Amino acid sequence: MAIHRLEIEVRPGLVDALAEQTRRRLEAWLGLRPAGIRTRRVIHLDLGLSDHEAQRVLAALVDPVAEVGAVGMLPDEAPTPDAPPVVLQVGLRPGVTDSVGTSVRRAAEDCVGRALTGRAHASTLYLVWGLTEAQVQEAADAVLHNPLVEHARILAVPRALDLQVPRPGDDGATAVAVVPLRDDDDDALTRRSIEGMLALSLAEMRAIQQHFRERGRDPTDAELECLAQTWSEHCKHKIFAAPIEHTYATGATEVIEEGLFRRYIRGATEAVAARRRDEGIDAQDAPYLVSVFHDNAGVVRCTEVDHLVYKVETHNSPSALDPYGGAMTGIVGVNRDSFGTGRGADLLANVWGYCFGDPHHAGRVPRGLMHPRRIRDGVHHGVIDGGNQSGIPYMRGWELFDARYLGKPLVFCGTVAVMPVESAGRPTHEKYPRPGDRVVMVGGRIGKDGIHGATFSSVRLDERSPVQAVQIGDPITQKMMFDMLTEARDRGLMSAMTDNGAGGLSSSVGEMAESTGGARIDLALAPLKYPGLAPWEILISEAQERMTVVVPPDRLDAFLALAERREVEATVLGELTDSGRFVVTHGEQAVVDLSLRFLHEGWPRALLRARLDPPARPPVDEAAIAAAREPARQGEHLLALLQTPELACGEARARGYDHEVKGLGVIKPFVGVRHDVPASATVMRIRHGRPEGVVLGEGVHPFYADADDHGAFAMAQAAVDEGVRRVLCAGARWDRMAALDNFCWPDPIVSERTPDGEHKLAQLVECCRGLAQACEAYGLPLISGKDSMKNDAVLDGVKISIPPTLLVSVMGQMQDVSRALTLEPRAAGDVLVMLGDTREELGGSAVTRCLGLRGLGDAPRSDPDRYAQRYRAFVAARDAGLVRSAAPIGRGGLGIALAHALLAAELDVEVELPTTNLDPFAMLWSESTGRLLLSARVDDLPALREHLGSHGLVTLGRLAAPTAPRGARLRVRWGGAALLDVGVDELRTRFRSGLPD
Amino acid sequence: MTAGGASGAAAAANRTRWTVDPARAAGPVALRSARMSEHAQSMQVSDGDGSPWDFVPGPVPGARDVRALVLSGYGLNCEAETAAGLRMAGARAEIVHVGDLVHGGGTQLDGAHMLVFVGGFSFGDHIASGRVFANRMRFGLGERLARFVDDGGLVLGICNGFQTIVKLGLLPALDRRPGQGLAPQQASLVHNDRLGYRDAWVRLSIDSRSPCVFTRGSTGVPLPVPSRHGEGKLVLADEAVRARVEGEHLVPVRYVDADGNATEAWPDNPNGSMAGMAGLCDASGRVFGLMPHPEAYLYPENHPRWIAQRDRGRLPAVGHGLGILVNGVRAAVE
Repeated sequence: MAIHRLEIEVRPGLVDALAEQTRRRLEAWLGLRPAGIRTRRVIHLDLGLSDHEAQRVLAALVDPVAEVGAVGMLPDEAPTPDAPPVVLQVGLRPGVTDSVGTSVRRAAEDCVGRALTGRAHASTLYLVWGLTEAQVQEAADAVLHNPLVEHARILAVPRALDLQVPRPGDDGATAVAVVPLRDDDDDALTRRSIEGMLALSLAEMRAIQQHFRERGRDPTDAELECLAQTWSEHCKHKIFAAPIEHTYATGATEVIEEGLFRRYIRGATEAVAARRRDEGIDAQDAPYLVSVFHDNAGVVRCTEVDHLVYKVETHNSPSALDPYGGAMTGIVGVNRDSFGTGRGADLLANVWGYCFGDPHHAGRVPRGLMHPRRIRDGVHHGVIDGGNQSGIPYMRGWELFDARYLGKPLVFCGTVAVMPVESAGRPTHEKYPRPGDRVVMVGGRIGKDGIHGATFSSVRLDERSPVQAVQIGDPITQKMMFDMLTEARDRGLMSAMTDNGAGGLSSSVGEMAESTGGARIDLALAPLKYPGLAPWEILISEAQERMTVVVPPDRLDAFLALAERREVEATVLGELTDSGRFVVTHGEQAVVDLSLRFLHEGWPRALLRARLDPPARPPVDEAAIAAAREPARQGEHLLALLQTPELACGEARARGYDHEVKGLGVIKPFVGVRHDVPASATVMRIRHGRPEGVVLGEGVHPFYADADDHGAFAMAQAAVDEGVRRVLCAGARWDRMAALDNFCWPDPIVSERTPDGEHKLAQLVECCRGLAQACEAYGLPLISGKDSMKNDAVLDGVKISIPPTLLVSVMGQMQDVSRALTLEPRAAGDVLVMLGDTREELGGSAVTRCLGLRGLGDAPRSDPDRYAQRYRAFVAARDAGLVRSAAPIGRGGLGIALAHALLAAELDVEVELPTTNLDPFAMLWSESTGRLLLSARVDDLPALREHLGSHGLVTLGRLAAPTAPRGARLRVRWGGAALLDVGVDELRTRFRSGLPD
Repeated sequence: MTAGGASGAAAAANRTRWTVDPARAAGPVALRSARMSEHAQSMQVSDGDGSPWDFVPGPVPGARDVRALVLSGYGLNCEAETAAGLRMAGARAEIVHVGDLVHGGGTQLDGAHMLVFVGGFSFGDHIASGRVFANRMRFGLGERLARFVDDGGLVLGICNGFQTIVKLGLLPALDRRPGQGLAPQQASLVHNDRLGYRDAWVRLSIDSRSPCVFTRGSTGVPLPVPSRHGEGKLVLADEAVRARVEGEHLVPVRYVDADGNATEAWPDNPNGSMAGMAGLCDASGRVFGLMPHPEAYLYPENHPRWIAQRDRGRLPAVGHGLGILVNGVRAAVE
């Protein structure tokens, strides 16, 4: 069949923006200065077109004003006769999702007016003048391609016509293999698990062996894979479910029989729910907690017509291997989680947060890893494309940096959705599958993408990590699927749905099967991207953009017709049953026949041991600390802190993310007169024409975890406290907050490679304890969460483990968005006050990290019960209109909060530090929790004191119209003398230069 | 063999405004705006200079019978706010899936007054923004669309919608006569000079001499609106097209700097469009497209400085972006 090659480039004289960007990156990253670059889009049409049709397709694809194109090749004319270019072609590897190719095929069909079989393939050509082949190869390796998903070839010039297209798949057998493990000894079982990438422990392999011995047969390869997926840490959260024998620092020992999840996470939420009942906070028929823990995302009540849904996920390992594709999969994947809750929710807002190695990292990067700057660029780019193309604004974004994230970056992505209380006459949060309902796979096709993703995220990363573990998202396919499924929901065409994420069909159908007590599917019906997939691969593939939908038989025709009309692929794979079994066939061939009970409950619970055994503290650096504490040095510290990557502005990068789509934003991610100061929290309407809003904030303090022996407990409480303070400052109601917990931990299971596992597990226990205690104090239910427990990398024989990291994402509600507040002080003459007391709590603080100080004491300790009283008083004062601006004092302490006030308002900020037993260093940079920086009218100060006087209200100073000729200044005095005096321009220059654009 | 119908005179069209970087003159020529700043800078959005409109946007009398079709599907994503805005203007907004419109031969257009091509990423903007969508409409519905315009139908294209209707030939549609099919493409929207997507508020000056019905009633105060796109740089096919659109006032909106002057300088102009061109209309003024998003400024609280505006007593009753939609609905009523 004829293959046609198309080449398209920007018309001479217009800007080739990709070439221009490439030129900048080569210069900035590699110091390469080519004399010229030109780029071309190359498309191979493998669609069975005639030459004439190919010409028509070209004419339809080329922009007649801005581009030129050719069937075949465009001439590679050199700008000067003696300078041939080096020509580099970058294309996708076989089987990698090619969404551009998919759109080209659609365009070709529209153009020739008939359906086409075959594929179109997109690639990019770089013509580079003035560099050697070796230099272009270097650029290809370091900047222009990722060998995991792309190939890059330097073409000989003059070029010959290249009509090669990737042909993934093969005609390989689709046989089911039997795994003879009944006679295996322990060594053989362990080997099978490791070599098969199953991530099953010996105890689990033994349980499987025992089960099949009892049944008198060996498992199939697919059954073993299915069990490995279902029992993976990723899916079953075994560490959170296991009984733990925990030894406290005092030496006392306790067995947490029910496991961490039941005791602390679920326990806290149940306690909050019980208190709401006891205190009659909610109307009896309208509980605040609508659906928690058992669905893809948590659901809470908001208005009489809408619930709110929220979920945050991590996508760490894939983002380390392919930052762009891995991170994009992170955002479009969590979109499916929130979308697939109940019978479907409408996506409202995305959030992201990343932990990376230092982007300025100058040292060597271990083999198998990318430079943190490249990871950062790719992750941003992937989440930007995924979110923007889905039409969902981002509302929160943050970045933290530490050398320990070099081995595994953390990529948190989350999505808030609005769920209509009812749809098609039923509560939307309920699924009602019945035996006999059809199981329908909707969306993309199945390939080898993401095979072993679930088990892979449950093992550490090394140089041999599998290439197929990375999936690349296709947001448009997903958007079209969501639009179609929303119509199906509103028309009552489905009884249940869930996401195809980790574990693929084995997990999604396996889960759905639990609801009716069985399922039967035929994999031969599943649409494949290419031939040659074994049944077990079809079953566990994590190919993206797929939902598993349950459709009552009498709605099936309507459902399938709607899908066809919307150009969304939908295929009936089987049906739900009540047989008690998960049965999978491939045509006539038996593939899986497992009892649901064994599949979901058969995994052995091992007792885990936890014991706090903190490493010895590094020696205290007395001289350096004394020098840093010199009052005269504090101005210098402020400038240095504002320039650290995690306190720097970050606006340039963040503006790549859409934050205006939907037109519902009220307080957006950046505030201030130059809108470049990160908002403490954001506010968004939840529906057009209505005043109610959702308020988003978060807390994340991984650097407290290892700051002292009980840092993990302190970290959890600080994270909850900061999340709560953020949303309250922006205007959230006290009684309608909810939180999500996302744990990212280094491996906490003792092994040869992890001798300190008991301590890391003890840190996890302490973290959970701190989390639960704080949540109960604030009446804050944990409505959903996620854990990622193997964030270690072994590279070049060196193990790099992340610091224990807990992200607490808080979602608040407000009745009227026009009452929202920001951190920006509003007028000259207003007073600045601080609520809450400051202690010397510098362990793990930004200033100690920035200045490299060791031994500065403990991380901040919180007192959630007392803070809860304080915040309720604050909310009352806020709602009485006594507060004009409000900000939590967090990372970087009071000093950074004051700098933000100056940068946001560009008013003079004049402060006299209170006289306490603290020196200015501690007063400015301590990160004591529970504190707010507020501004108020002078006239309101007495009333404010009445509300807050008993909660630690300190007058700091006032705001004034700028007097200096060069703009507003921050002036801080201490003990009657000037301590710090810095202008807004100087601050802004530092603030805006701390992160590469 | 090369394809592409129009002449390659786009460079010549703006020779006076663009300079070649002399340091790189030996290599392939890449043009850059002489005024483009190299370094990130922050832009200040005004706290409010009064209303850009000489009317208060709100429900239009008689609008109950105005039918406005808002397209959705295939990666479009601004249909909800666009429909909400049209409803605030009093019209009957119907969200119509592009697939239903094309498969139905455009019957939904019968009796409709306005067709809105909303923002989004139609077909992922793969290949180029709006290209696949425009082809689908041209091949599937070209004649019907031309007839809709001939019959006085209003067409509004926002962002991806603007890209699409330019590529469809609906804008600027010079020399197209009623009864003819769609005009050939005479302009295009290409990658921003600074490659990549950017979300930021911009100010638009309004040309009160433009025939555009969507921008009537300007007070001369610039209209603040969010801009969010990666391919928003307007290029015109040749000098003749440029002379015509300028001479006939077919550029109703331009990016302006803090002093109100049309600008090519980033960030006031997010994409480097010549002479700050942010949108186009046709000679009838009833077909209008622009890159920024008026439908994302329906509420006063959308504005990044709304709290400061309220403190200064300058918070409008509704978002100024609504004025564009209200003007459209008023034109339909007339």
